[in-house]
Amino acid sequence: MLAYIIRRVAQSILVLLVTGFVAFSMFSFVGDPIDNMLGQERTVADIARLREQLGLDQPFFVQYWRFLEQAAQGNFGLSYRQGRPVSDILIERLPATLELAFVSGLLALCGGIGLGIFTAIRKRGVSANVIMTLSLVGVSLPTFLIGILLIYLFSVELGWLPSFGRGEVTRLGGWTTGFLTESGLKALILPAITLGLYQMTLIMRLVRTEMLEVLRMDYIRFARARGIRERAINFHHALKNTLVPVITITGLQLGSIIAFAIITETVFQWPGVGLLFINAVQFVDIPVMAAYLMMISVMFVGINLIVDLLYFAIDPRLRVDRSAAGGH
Amino acid sequence: MSTPVLSVRDLVVEIPTRKGLLKPVDGVSFDIAAGEILGVVGESGAGKSMTGNAVIGLLDRPARIAAGEVRLLGDPIQNLKGEALRRQRGKRMGMIFQDPLTSLNPLLTVGEQLTETIREHLDVSKSEALNRAIAALEEVGIPAARQRIDSYPHEFSGGMRQRVVIALALCAEPELVIADEPTTALDVSVQAQIIALLKRLCRERGVAVMLVTHDMGVIAEAADRIAVMYAGRMAELGPVRDVITKPHHPYTAGLMASTPVASRGQKRLRQIPGAMPRLDALPDGCAFHPRCEKATDKCRAEPGPTLAADEGRAACWYPLTQTKEATA
Repeated sequence: MLAYIIRRVAQSILVLLVTGFVAFSMFSFVGDPIDNMLGQERTVADIARLREQLGLDQPFFVQYWRFLEQAAQGNFGLSYRQGRPVSDILIERLPATLELAFVSGLLALCGGIGLGIFTAIRKRGVSANVIMTLSLVGVSLPTFLIGILLIYLFSVELGWLPSFGRGEVTRLGGWTTGFLTESGLKALILPAITLGLYQMTLIMRLVRTEMLEVLRMDYIRFARARGIRERAINFHHALKNTLVPVITITGLQLGSIIAFAIITETVFQWPGVGLLFINAVQFVDIPVMAAYLMMISVMFVGINLIVDLLYFAIDPRLRVDRSAAGGH
Repeated sequence: MSTPVLSVRDLVVEIPTRKGLLKPVDGVSFDIAAGEILGVVGESGAGKSMTGNAVIGLLDRPARIAAGEVRLLGDPIQNLKGEALRRQRGKRMGMIFQDPLTSLNPLLTVGEQLTETIREHLDVSKSEALNRAIAALEEVGIPAARQRIDSYPHEFSGGMRQRVVIALALCAEPELVIADEPTTALDVSVQAQIIALLKRLCRERGVAVMLVTHDMGVIAEAADRIAVMYAGRMAELGPVRDVITKPHHPYTAGLMASTPVASRGQKRLRQIPGAMPRLDALPDGCAFHPRCEKATDKCRAEPGPTLAADEGRAACWYPLTQTKEATA
């Protein structure tokens, strides 16, 4: 098992190096940042000075190595637009995105698994069929449209919930949270639903399919033949077996919740890293874009690693030592 | 004679299809006494597994019991549903499935599955259930049961797993066990052990066993009485030695002639011409008549006589002994 973990970590590092390369390439290939930073009235001397200051006069590989070196320490340089360290800006924005992702991830997981089980157990029931039909809406409507519809209904027509922003936030050390104020919690509802709905329907349909598959297995029949309660069969015997394949997809989906919060954050003007990224793209603020790319890839790789380790926790067949396997 | 443990009378199982009503089990009657093994043989689709599933209430929709009676120690159980049926399963009747690889839940330890079943039906504490689980494993011949109680199914070999399955089916001390092809998926050497184990448990505990198989060798080895099924009907029913040495039904005779016997030393096995008719294309009259050498107009017109549980041997208008006596 240790060898497996080491191998997985090595693979993860390789993936990060490749993403790092892509992130870094942006510096050299997406136009010349100097053009953006200095106005119309620049002198050749200004350009040369800034070039040297930013290290842009160095050869490509020297720049790449320096980039990696700095990135490993969490240093992505100065934002071209704001002139502040990118890491500071990211850390400032991260709590908003993480809280939003956490709530919508929770919604997607609980809602998805719960509804998935429900629709699998009552596969012929009316309510299960209604849920299945409605889930098509969740899968097929684009996120921004769901967001706009929700805003129209709950903010414009009913006036119950705010249509943008994070509401009041409380400072806890370096972390800002919207969980502690009423307006903060209210502001979370619509964006969280918007962001989580697609993932929830996806997880729900996946859980349903897997669960129906598992419920046909011999060991479920055998459990029934032994007079085990339906409840225990569904939630103990079947659910555990359903979770193995579900975890893979779910893990990746949770990663993409953070990554693709961009659209939701734009619709709701949510002050998170997604909105930061969109603004950075508009201004060709490459250090911010590169740092965002790296951050997302670290999250994806991390989540993948956790998912792989979760397999071990759930499926005892994977825990077997290679040397001992095959015997009695 | 005391009340038989299992008493089946005129059991009919129906499957409604678009082509019409199919009857995979049509008017089957038999008894099994305590401590007796009834071997049920027949080709695939003869209705033997369907009969077993109907008894324990595990018919898959849309198959259903349409008529007849199933009594467990005198109590009718054919109409039990939901909770009432669940209480009977495991506690009063157990089932052993064909494939030990798939009939154990891979993600739960053997001990968890055993204690869950024991505590479902018997009012005992956790530690008492664990002790009983260990005793159950010892009884089916699992060495070092106390150490293996926390093992997962994949850590056992195929034969050992089938022993675990038997322990599970018997752990709540049922009066009836339905063994559906319990040896088919096992190695020949292991088959003999499993049959010996079943026989021993049947004798020691006075359990009634319905042993469903297509393997004549297994029946000859284990069963006290034999029930031959053909196209959903009982073809012949009698003590195992009599049926094997002096079959009354032409189908049974054909079956015996096509079974290799080492001592007979024949060069070529006889085979019954044709194949068993599909359920949606049953011929008029006796279902066996197209393959029967002795078929007459009566056989082509009238279904064979229905075999009662306690009288008669063969569901045939011209049982073989009778014709032999007539020609003699």
